[in-house]
Amino acid sequence: MLTPLHRILAPAAIALAALAGAPDEARAQTPPGVLIVAQIAEPKSLDPHAVTAVNDFRILMNLYDGLVRYRSGTLEVEPALAESWEIGADGTVYTFTLREGVTFHDGSAFDAEAVVFNFQRMLDEEHPFHDTGPFPLSFFFSAVDAVEALDPRTVRFTLSEPYAPFLSNLAYPTGLIVSPAAVAEHGADFGRNPSGTGAFRFAEWRANERVVVERNPDYWGGAPSLEAVVFRPITDGNTRVAEMLSGGVDLMVEVPPDAVAQFEDGASFTMHEQVGPHLWFLILNVKEGPTADQRVRQAINYAIDKRALVENVLQGTAEVAAGPIAPAFAWAYNDDLEPYPHDPERARALIEEAGFAGADLTFYVTEGGSGMLDPIAMGTAIQADLQGVGLNVEIETYEWNTFLGRVNPGLEGKAHMAEMAWMTNDPDTLPFLALRTDAFPDKGGFNSGYYSNPEVDALLEAARRSTDRDERARLYRQMQEIVVEDAPWAFIANWKQNAVTSARVEGFRLEPSFFLLLDGVTKN
Amino acid sequence: MWGYIGKRLLATIPILIGLSIIVFSMMALIPGDPATAILGAYATPENVARLNQQLGLDRSLPEQYLTWAGNLLQGDMGRSYALNRPVSDEVSERFGATLILAGAALVLCSVFGLLAGVVAAVRQFGWTDRIVTFVVLIGISMPSFWLGLLMIVLFAVQLRWLPASGMYAVYGGGGLADLLRHLAMPAVTLAVVATGVIARLTRTAMLEILRQDYIRTARAKGLPERRVIYRHAFKAALVTVIPVIGIQAGFVLGGAVYIETVFQWPGIGRMLVNAISTRDLLLVQGGVLVVAASYVFFNLLADVAQTLLDPRLRT
Repeated sequence: MLTPLHRILAPAAIALAALAGAPDEARAQTPPGVLIVAQIAEPKSLDPHAVTAVNDFRILMNLYDGLVRYRSGTLEVEPALAESWEIGADGTVYTFTLREGVTFHDGSAFDAEAVVFNFQRMLDEEHPFHDTGPFPLSFFFSAVDAVEALDPRTVRFTLSEPYAPFLSNLAYPTGLIVSPAAVAEHGADFGRNPSGTGAFRFAEWRANERVVVERNPDYWGGAPSLEAVVFRPITDGNTRVAEMLSGGVDLMVEVPPDAVAQFEDGASFTMHEQVGPHLWFLILNVKEGPTADQRVRQAINYAIDKRALVENVLQGTAEVAAGPIAPAFAWAYNDDLEPYPHDPERARALIEEAGFAGADLTFYVTEGGSGMLDPIAMGTAIQADLQGVGLNVEIETYEWNTFLGRVNPGLEGKAHMAEMAWMTNDPDTLPFLALRTDAFPDKGGFNSGYYSNPEVDALLEAARRSTDRDERARLYRQMQEIVVEDAPWAFIANWKQNAVTSARVEGFRLEPSFFLLLDGVTKN
Repeated sequence: MWGYIGKRLLATIPILIGLSIIVFSMMALIPGDPATAILGAYATPENVARLNQQLGLDRSLPEQYLTWAGNLLQGDMGRSYALNRPVSDEVSERFGATLILAGAALVLCSVFGLLAGVVAAVRQFGWTDRIVTFVVLIGISMPSFWLGLLMIVLFAVQLRWLPASGMYAVYGGGGLADLLRHLAMPAVTLAVVATGVIARLTRTAMLEILRQDYIRTARAKGLPERRVIYRHAFKAALVTVIPVIGIQAGFVLGGAVYIETVFQWPGIGRMLVNAISTRDLLLVQGGVLVVAASYVFFNLLADVAQTLLDPRLRT
């Protein structure tokens, strides 16, 4: 929708505002105790089991709790609605002990039956409320064979096979617990009449204008200090910036790279940044063409000036990636990995050695899409870098949905490279779904470049079956080393989520999960 | 007259049916589907197939179309996949917001366009004429989203007189005064281009008419100049200008897409853009149908007004 003219003029207008310097006196436009948050879009639904977008998760995490959650500042799991849990020896039986005395916002009690209801609604097609879906991410729990209430405070999950990411999937919004009574009352409209156990309860949703949530005075974790939070959908990045500058909102997420600088200096705003579990990479076609040669794939990794990409194109809103697992998964990340250095000489030598100097490559680029950052500008810069080492790259650009329709079925016969980005909640997810032999597109996975290394397959299978975190970490670190050497992808960037708060907001921090948690925030 | 209106209304039915078939086929032809859009990176063939089945998209296209058309006849526009709510609720809320915005813009551009055109024509080659012509040229040439952003920078960020975006104050707002405060900038921005077009056209039409014999006769009769201009010349010029206002109404509705994005106006233009990118077929169908129907309606209105004003067309 953005015309080239728009892209040039819009940031210019906002820059003008910054040059002139915003006056401070009118900052008190919004009432104290009420936090106005600028979101990037209207939520689809407030039913956590029905949505897939980070934008929606930002609201949901404040309305609901899961059995477990990520410990603040990490992607490690800690108790929430479950006080504790035990994992059976073979890793297929999880028994949770639930917190006592918790009630949903509608007054009904939270107990083991409620947990059972939540998972059966998603997973059991015969469940009376399965038709209140669809539940697009229910496959997060496809390993669950049975979920039973042993007594009001104990719930037992039986998995069909050991599945280590199960706990972190429970901490994901798809694992949040909704009120069975509210689902029964509202049916398919539950998503507009949500009820959970969270720090805030739902107050109002005026379509395309605002979603209001208010303090839950009975919150089991202690009532939040904010009286209410208003989420406003503002799709245009420049308008979000203008609202922030004019004092119409207190917190905005996803600051456009061009606008970051104007919030960084000055006492009126605080800029927040946090690298997330995100990876931006190029899928290389390992099956055919020049990219079938490991030397060419390594050369591509050497040739791309990743530092220039994150600093110039992305204006510092990302960091250079080193391998297939994002550093945000601190416990599983291999700190010894170094990103491929920018070394055009070495790249050229490798390409010549492989006999592919002057080879033609087809490169799929998308116009936009979830987590894709600035894909056209990045694609063009990459094309220029590769041109510089003797590869003729031809770009084919597609709109996001069309792009997925071409890339997901596999690149064979179509392209040698394709842009891609993933945001996940467990180190297992991306490599398991996109790097294994059993994840080839014809087997229902996302390994669109046909990378196949039995050693990697074995490591990933073993890591998924192990319930010992240190053991998993060891396996993932080994896997990362092999994959970086094999170079089935070009590893480019890890996105930093950013947000701006006004000087009136205190106690806010971004989480590596990219969720927006507001129960500790105050506003004067 | 009524027969004419009736015939014109009947003629819109095949137009709307044809349009709905075209939109339906186009949405089917463009690659990508709602399930892929919803699942994003998780769109494995298996997950897509499962979701398509849940959404009822695994049936044949004609079957889907006929189901949709059958439900429409009973007043049911279906349910949006992406928003998980009835299409009719979403479309009516959004269209209401767009009508308020486009209506305000249309009033502004008609009043100021006509006024500027008449003044410029009466003072042809004078300073007023030059200034009006110059301003009109700038108005027509300036991209409206850019003008919108500049206005936000000036009136919202710098002066803080008006809110930067939205339709009502986000907390504790509501009421007509609040609406008008939010409406001011987007309506003016949206009206600028149309005002220029109408002003230019009015000026040309007026100049032509002021040279006609009957105007000279009217002046010769000793009628006051005001009366000559407004009763005789302006009324005749309206016959030329009114159909253009009708067409501008269509452009204003279309231009609302950009303005709605810049000012976060919760209108139907922005809804359609989102619906297309999420491949939300039923929402696109419903939205396009309503916009097309209103476009046809505005043109009809302009034609009727022209017939009423021009005795030669009244038979």
